[in-house]
Amino acid sequence: MSRIAQRFSQLKAQGRTALIPFVTAGDPNPEVTVPLMHAMVEAGADLIELGVPFSDPMADGPVIQRASERALGHHVRLRDVLDMVKAFRDKDADTPVILMGYLNPLEIMGYETFAKAASEAGVDGVLTVDLPPEEASELRTALRPAKLDPIFLLSPTSTAERIQRICDAASGFVYYVSVKGITGAASLDTDAVSAKLKEIRQSTDLPIGVGFGIKDAASAKAVGAMADAVIVGSALVNRVEEHANEPERIAPAVSELLSGMRAALDE
Amino acid sequence: MPTSDNTDFTAMPDERGHFGRYGGMFVSETLMEPLEELRRAYEKYMVDDQFLAELYADLQDYVGRPSPIYHAERWSRELGGAQLYLKREDLNHTGAHKVNNTIGQALLAKRMGKTRIIAETGAGQHGVATATVAARLGLECVVYMGSVDVARQEANVYRMRLLGAKVVPVESGSKTLKDALNEAMRDWVTNIDNTFYIIGTVAGPHPYPAMVRDFQAVIGREARAQMAQKLNRLPDALVACVGGGSNAIGLFYPFLNDPDVAIYGVEAAGDGLETGRHAAPLCAGKPGVLHGNRTYLMEDADGQIIETHSISAGLDYPGVGPEHAWLRDTGRAQYVAVTDDEALAAFHILTRTEGIIPALESSHALAYAAKLAPTMEKDQIILINLSGRGDKDMHTVAAKEGIEI
Repeated sequence: MSRIAQRFSQLKAQGRTALIPFVTAGDPNPEVTVPLMHAMVEAGADLIELGVPFSDPMADGPVIQRASERALGHHVRLRDVLDMVKAFRDKDADTPVILMGYLNPLEIMGYETFAKAASEAGVDGVLTVDLPPEEASELRTALRPAKLDPIFLLSPTSTAERIQRICDAASGFVYYVSVKGITGAASLDTDAVSAKLKEIRQSTDLPIGVGFGIKDAASAKAVGAMADAVIVGSALVNRVEEHANEPERIAPAVSELLSGMRAALDE
Repeated sequence: MPTSDNTDFTAMPDERGHFGRYGGMFVSETLMEPLEELRRAYEKYMVDDQFLAELYADLQDYVGRPSPIYHAERWSRELGGAQLYLKREDLNHTGAHKVNNTIGQALLAKRMGKTRIIAETGAGQHGVATATVAARLGLECVVYMGSVDVARQEANVYRMRLLGAKVVPVESGSKTLKDALNEAMRDWVTNIDNTFYIIGTVAGPHPYPAMVRDFQAVIGREARAQMAQKLNRLPDALVACVGGGSNAIGLFYPFLNDPDVAIYGVEAAGDGLETGRHAAPLCAGKPGVLHGNRTYLMEDADGQIIETHSISAGLDYPGVGPEHAWLRDTGRAQYVAVTDDEALAAFHILTRTEGIIPALESSHALAYAAKLAPTMEKDQIILINLSGRGDKDMHTVAAKEGIEI
């Protein structure tokens, strides 16, 4: 069983909803990331999504785009991100780490080289935003022997046929994008999310994570009531940005928001 | 020719938009169904007699098609080789080939019941062509433009605003065309219910590369018929500039299965390929994935997209249409590059010898043709796509001479 599957099955046994924070690796500088990952686990994170910086993050809003720009300002490369995961694993062997980003850096490294290096570093899953399952067979083939879970997105526009195809291609969990839009944009409509999650559950037994539009404890709690995992990105990256010039304050600020969400989810 | 006679070069892409290993649909899940919806509409209407009748009527009466082909006799004589013919896309309404595509996509948008049009633009030509058709059809129009381009293309920004479009300066990334495209994609994914995204070139996710090609192929179809009528033969070579590559594929496509017609796409070598300051992914880039398709890109060793440079804003783009990537690899078309200085020299020569002021983009094609012509016989023919007129470039050319207008 993969580390991701294991974590979800533990949580299920405990009747808890997973909390998955997203931060961009190397934002605002490379030294911040590994301690921040540990702090997030301390504050209640069950899995971590680590953003791989990309020059053209087409599916992200301005908050996460600026995070990428700050990291790229320090020349943070995919290899550096893998090194961060490796360093994180020195002290944490249990918390699953998912890389989230765009295809081109993986493509340039080569899928097999990437899969091997990521697996060795202790990565558990890979979510490539601009890679729908139709184009993903080569990457999936490379990820399989490395025991990395391919995570795919589902969205409000996914048809029943697509939902089935995507769930069949995924392992670990599936990621439901709760709104039509980019990261950090509109507020979510919980009734609509609930209806779509019911539809998705007919196609899969995989855990479902919900992201986009979760900003605070209240929205985390609302989504947590119907999802297996709550994914929060821009709200955290906002805090990173606020303290970009005083990096020692980043971990406390991020932890404060996360632990509030954790408490709301566990109520 | 490196090609065998029985290959059908017009049979691409496959049903998922692949040109060999290039093209495809590399977008986030939210856009997959809207792209499917677009593909279905495009496939339906491209064989719909009423739609096509409306399209051709607009191309004739609104755009002014067919555009002539013109024998540049004096220039040909000076070069002392092949005869140079120009396909006069510069004479189209709005001054470039871009409108062939925006008319088509806007009619499609109307058929699909979309009320809002968005577009990206670099130099502003595609933005103007989009704002123009949106004004005519009474559709809301938002154009994304890098803030660097907004500053260097003020006149086109004003034209778009006169036409009723909202021009949104994009401050992210390198603040140029690629960032405008990112921003337009973000708008689209947020407003997919009522919005149609008119992409201006043969890049982006399927069906855009095929659809934009099909709207631009009117250039090559006309040129073929005009050559036959005027000279009773096909040209020996085609030359067109390639940024994203829509004017080039528009000219090339109807000739792809004519093995005796040599095809040259001309990229922007900027300060020179050896300087790294250029916009020539086919000549000096590597394959990768950006903006929804796999193609040749300007990228660094880590897969980050790098900034490009060309004197011509319309060629200043780090990617290129996937069909060009495929034509390059198959050898059916050859891709070359000319520098800013060579393009400027060609700009002045055509202006002085033929009384035609070309766009700086098109000047790249002219510069390569000027190299090619003397290597060919006097009874041979080079057909160049004069994709746009140079009015928009007055300030850039003047600035090169130290004059401010």
